Parts: sequence; C-alpha cells; structure tokens
Amino acid sequence: MYKITEKEFQSPNVVKLVVEAPEISRSRKAGHFVIIRIDESGERVPLTIVDSDPEKGTITLIVQKVGVTSHKLTLLEKGDFILDVAGPLGKSTHIEKVGTVLCCGGGVGVAPLYPIVSAMKKAGNKVISVLAAKSANLLLLEKEINACSDEVIIMTDDGSRGKKGLITIGMEEIINREKVDLAIVIGPAIMMKFGALLTKKYGIKTMASLNTIMVDGTGMCGACRVTVDGKTAFVCVDGPEFDAHQVNFEEMLLRLNAYKEMEEESYSQCSLKPVLDER
Amino acid sequence: MDTTQDNEYYHNERMAEWRDKLRKSLKSKERTKIERVKMPEEDPLVRNKSYVEVNKGLSVEQALLEAKRCLDCVDPTCITGCPVGINIPKFLKFVESGDFLSAAKVIKETNSLPAVCGRVCPQEIQCEAQCFYTIKLKSPSAAIGYLERFVADYERDSGKISIPEMMPENHIKVGIIGSGPAGLTVAGELAKFGYDVTVFEALHKLGGVLKYGIPDFRLPNMIADVEIETIRKMGVKFKTNFIVGKTATIDELKKQGFEAFFVGSGAGLPNFMNIPGENSVGVLSANEFLTRVNLMGGSKKDFDTPLYVGKQVAVIGGGNTAMDAVRTAKRLGAERAMIVYRRSRDEMPARKEEVHHALDEGIEFLNLYSPIKYNADEKGRVKNMILQKMVLGEPDKSGRRSPVPLAGSEEEVAVDMVIVAIGVSPNPLIPQSMPELEMTPRHTIKVDENMMTTVPGIFAGGDIVRGGATVVLAMGDGRKAAAGMHKYISSVVHNHLLVS
Repeated sequence: MYKITEKEFQSPNVVKLVVEAPEISRSRKAGHFVIIRIDESGERVPLTIVDSDPEKGTITLIVQKVGVTSHKLTLLEKGDFILDVAGPLGKSTHIEKVGTVLCCGGGVGVAPLYPIVSAMKKAGNKVISVLAAKSANLLLLEKEINACSDEVIIMTDDGSRGKKGLITIGMEEIINREKVDLAIVIGPAIMMKFGALLTKKYGIKTMASLNTIMVDGTGMCGACRVTVDGKTAFVCVDGPEFDAHQVNFEEMLLRLNAYKEMEEESYSQCSLKPVLDER
Repeated sequence: MDTTQDNEYYHNERMAEWRDKLRKSLKSKERTKIERVKMPEEDPLVRNKSYVEVNKGLSVEQALLEAKRCLDCVDPTCITGCPVGINIPKFLKFVESGDFLSAAKVIKETNSLPAVCGRVCPQEIQCEAQCFYTIKLKSPSAAIGYLERFVADYERDSGKISIPEMMPENHIKVGIIGSGPAGLTVAGELAKFGYDVTVFEALHKLGGVLKYGIPDFRLPNMIADVEIETIRKMGVKFKTNFIVGKTATIDELKKQGFEAFFVGSGAGLPNFMNIPGENSVGVLSANEFLTRVNLMGGSKKDFDTPLYVGKQVAVIGGGNTAMDAVRTAKRLGAERAMIVYRRSRDEMPARKEEVHHALDEGIEFLNLYSPIKYNADEKGRVKNMILQKMVLGEPDKSGRRSPVPLAGSEEEVAVDMVIVAIGVSPNPLIPQSMPELEMTPRHTIKVDENMMTTVPGIFAGGDIVRGGATVVLAMGDGRKAAAGMHKYISSVVHNHLLVS
C-alpha cells in the first residue's frame, strides 16, 4: 500500500500526486517510470516518475484523466492509498553534456519531459524547451520547466497563451535560429511522429519517449512492443526512449488503439461518470 | 547427494515394522492385478465453457486402492525420477494405511508445493517413468502424481496443514529473487535450515508462472495461495512490487545485511518469430494473453484490464503454454480455437494428457504448418495468416525430426487473434543489472554443480538457468541451490553452522 501525501489539480483534467514509495524515490533517475494498480480489480498502468524526494521518500506522478483508471486516480485524495506501485522501470535517460538540447513536450507529455529537462540542465547543457497544449489552461509544469530552461517557447492550438499553432512551429523557429545538438520529443504519438519528421529534415539527433500499452512493465509479455529500425523492441525494458527517427510511429498509433472500443465502453459504463458530472 | 547413504536411509525406512506388516498384508501378485485408477474428469463440453478444474481428484476409496498397487520396492527407482527426491514409497504406504496426514508430512520433507506438483508435473516422464511397473512389468505405473495431489488436497481440506520441522533461527539474512516455483522452493528449504528469508517479487502477486501462466482449469490460484501461505507460516517474508536490480540492486541489499542470494527470476521474455505482420493488433504473446486472463482477471466483469478474445483464434506452438492458451481462448468463447504447430502431433512437447484434454474440448490441430505472414485490416487488426505446409526431414541434434517447408504450399486462414507460444527466453533484468554475472550463449546464467553463479554467494536456478523448462525442474534446482547456499554460508561465511 502506497500512501498519497499530496494532491493538486494542475488543470481541469490533470492531477499531480505525491506518493510514498521510499525505495523507488532513492533509485529513480530521469526517464524511469512506475506501474501502478489502484485496487484489487484494477489494471496495471504505466506512469512516468516526474520527480522524487529521497529524503521524504516520495515520488511525484502526473495523471491525465483519459479513462477508467486515470479517472479513479484523480478521485483519490491525500491520505488515500494506491494498492501497488512497482518501479523504477525502464532504462533511464542517457544524460550527458552535448551542447544545446531542444526539449519538446506536448499535452501531458510535458510531465515525463520535466525530469529530462532538469537533468539535461544539471549536466551543463543549454536547454531550450518548447511546450504545447490545446489551450492555456491545459499547460503543465510551466513554472518548473522555466526554472531549468534557458528559454521556453509556449505553443497553444487556440493561441490563448504563447504562440498559436502546433509544437513543430516553435521547434522550427529555434532550429532555424541556432544549432541544436539533440532534440527530445515527448507527447501524443502523432506529435512525436511529426516532431521527428521535422528534426530528421534538419539532421538533428532526436529521442522520443514512447507511451505504448503495457501490462507487467518488466519485459515478460511484449504488449508494449514497437518496431525500431526494422526490429521489434520492448518499450518497458529496451526503452521507453528510442531514436525517434527509427521508430515506426504508424504501427505504434495502430497498436495504441487496440483496446480503444473496450476502453471507451468501460469508461462510459463505469460508475465514475456521475461523480465527474457532480464535480 | 550421497546415494549410498540415501539407499541405506530408504532401506531402513522400508524395514520399519508398519511398512513390513503392510507389505505382507497383500501378496505382490494381488497388488499387480489391481488396475490403475482413472482420474475423474469434468465433461469436456461442460468444462470448455467454464474455468472449473478439469481433473476432479481421486476419492478416498480410489486413493486407498491405488496405493495398494505400489509394491514398496527394495530399490525404489521412482525416487530417482523425482527432481526433488520425494520419499515416494513411504508416502504411498502411508496412503495405503489410511494415514493421509502422515503421507503429506513425508512429501513436504522435500517438496513445499505438493498440490501444485501433483497437478502440473509431467509424472509420465519423471517418477512414473521410473516406477517398477513401467520399467519391469511394462504396464501402467502407480499413479504417483494423482496420489500426491490427493494427499495435498486432503491435508488442505482437513484444515490440519502441517509445517515441516524447523531448525533454530540463525538470524542470517538471505534474499530470494522471484517467487516462482524455484524461489518458493529455496525459500522453504532455507527457512527449514533456520535462515531469515525474504522473497522479492516484481509483480503484485506471488507465485510466478503458477499465477500468471497456468490457468485455473489446471491449477486453481487458491491451491498455490494455500501452499505459499504455508511457506509464510515458516517465517518467510515476501516483498511484492520489488524489482531487484531496479527498486534496489543486489549490492544495496548486501549493505542491508543480506549475505547470499538466489536468483529465480525465470524465463519471462516471450519469443516472437519476427515474420511480417507480427506486430499487428490482435497478435500477442501467450504470456500477455494468459497474464491478462489469469493474473489480471481480464475476462471477469468489473475487472479493469481489457481483454480482446477473437472468434477465430490461432495459437502458434505445441508446448504446454500453447495448450493453456488455446484452451483458455476456447473457454472465453472462440468459435475456432486452433493449434498451429510445425511438426506432427507426436513431436509436440506438451504433455499427452493436455493434448487429449484439448482435443476433447474441441480444439483444432493444424499440424505440420508454420505461419510465414500475418495480414491486417485498415485498423491494423490481424485478419488472416499465411501458413506454409511442412514435411518432416532428418532428426536434428535433439533427436526430433526437423520440419522442412514445402515450397509453393501457402494457405490463407482467417483469424482475428493470434497467440504466439513458441517459447521464452531468460528475463534480462537481473543480468542487465549485474554485468559481472557470467552468462551462457543462450543468455542463461552460468552456474556450477552447487547452482552457484560466477559471483560468490549468488546462486541461481530454474528457467533463468535452463531456459524455458518445467515447474518441477525449477523446484529441483531450488532444492539443490538451497543445499549449496547452506554449504556456502556455513563454510565460507559462518564456519560454525554446519558443525552438526
């Protein structure tokens, strides 16, 4: 049982949870994730570790309400418990001083981006961050990213904050202005796909953190498999970060939708909806 | 193990007054006339719609009669066929005398999971293959597996589960990595020696393959849970959600006072064939399918894990995992549930009993076929597979005849789900976190005759050492490793322990 010690809404559908998990907080590095299960009938879902406090023995998770489990998570309060938290999982991000790093995060992808931005800055890189969201009230971790970036560009679909347009516009502006040594793109698969296409055009090495379907997260099932450079890889043990120019995003997009109908059905039938409406 | 000493031990046991009397109560000729018991089974067309256990277990009368068949041999060869060396004649003779609880105690001297082994061991190639009936009389062996299961079930239902004799606590901390059959066996054995044992498990439930892999119709989860609970009562501590190498490394655990380790992290990494279309939606590993059903309750209402079950399901492979997967798919409502195997039915590595159970339940067998490609619809979901016909060629190194593709023989078969069950590779997490461990070319951990790895104090066994094998071989490794660890700790670390 893992106690929730803090809870805070970041935007209407996104919540930050601080969870007691001393061993994980000591071992985690940027890029790692956990698998959580809320209760006995719950499913196992992967969530990036956004931050940790080894002294308090806590880890920080950011959850966007998209279905049954994430919705249940947002309903948990300070003092409540999550039944299972396993981790840290995956390979940590390879952090080194490379020069200028362009860190791009879309939607809730800013959450897994943040620990990488922070580690890249600490390693002595010049960090330029591009954050994108549908609208101003959905922007995540702006203050935190600002604190560890040399420059931040904000993009919103509706222009309600920063510049209007997709993340690639902000990215291209930087690329045209100065030499970028490494790009990192994290967000919805479709955003990563177009981000990768852009940097490929300019020959910039690009990493993407993939968010595939997972079950165990320890390499034993292959639910999370993707094709990278023509070969099958397991995101949970070989990733989650891969060379974005080698990832088959088309296949990944199809695989992400494998259970879409079932997910939508169970979300529409579950007893959470009325609770949502009351809120 | 010193066999001369063992033989003397078994001989002395056999000469006990009660055994002698029991032997003389019925002539051997009378005993061999008794026919081997038939296991009562649930009706195939009823059971293939539910998760009820297929084998229903023996009645008291059946068990008493079957135990009479055992001749209580002078040289009990059956024991040599058992990877954990159960004193088989002694437990069978306790069954014959009606003292089932004493029989259970005998089994548990060397086996912490009798109800599991009685169900899933391939006895026909182990103890029962070495039975006097099999090797000398060329007739059906004593039903050792059925009786082991009977005894374990009887003890559980009686509510009088015994805990093996324990040595005094020695306060030496040992860590077991993985709570599958190998790890549980080492845990039980070392607890008996008096060690302070902690088992680290990466998943949220204990039992490894017993939980996520083997379905309820062969091994109900409750059966494994009861046996794990007995190990807990022996003082073993369990930590779930703990991934050694990630949550903490072995070096960190050493700093916490752990003096020796057993790595039983299994062969969880599923193999794929790397053929076109294999990453289509609806093509999944048997591990994923069985985990979603068995561990996550994916087929149950009110459980959150989604599970897609096709109407036309092909399972690729011919082992026990393939049988478990195809029979599960049938139970969940598949109209066509097919085994696709590249050799003939005789070469299938699955237990004969499982193959027959599958056939009875309406599973189709496409033998001498191998998939070469999967085609998907516009949503990426698999819609058919291209199978290639095979013929059997010359025997390979393992003695099995190798399948050879028949050119120009492609056939298209409609499927909406494909389950790949062509084997597993050792889980890479521990080797990745411990580069100093020497590995074999097959990515298994290298061990010596005491199951010690190339790193002193770190032992390994089960599938991480063998590749994909059976539950009872993992348990045999566990027993050997526990003895090796006790010897190592006694002689190298605490040279006073083994004085007795």
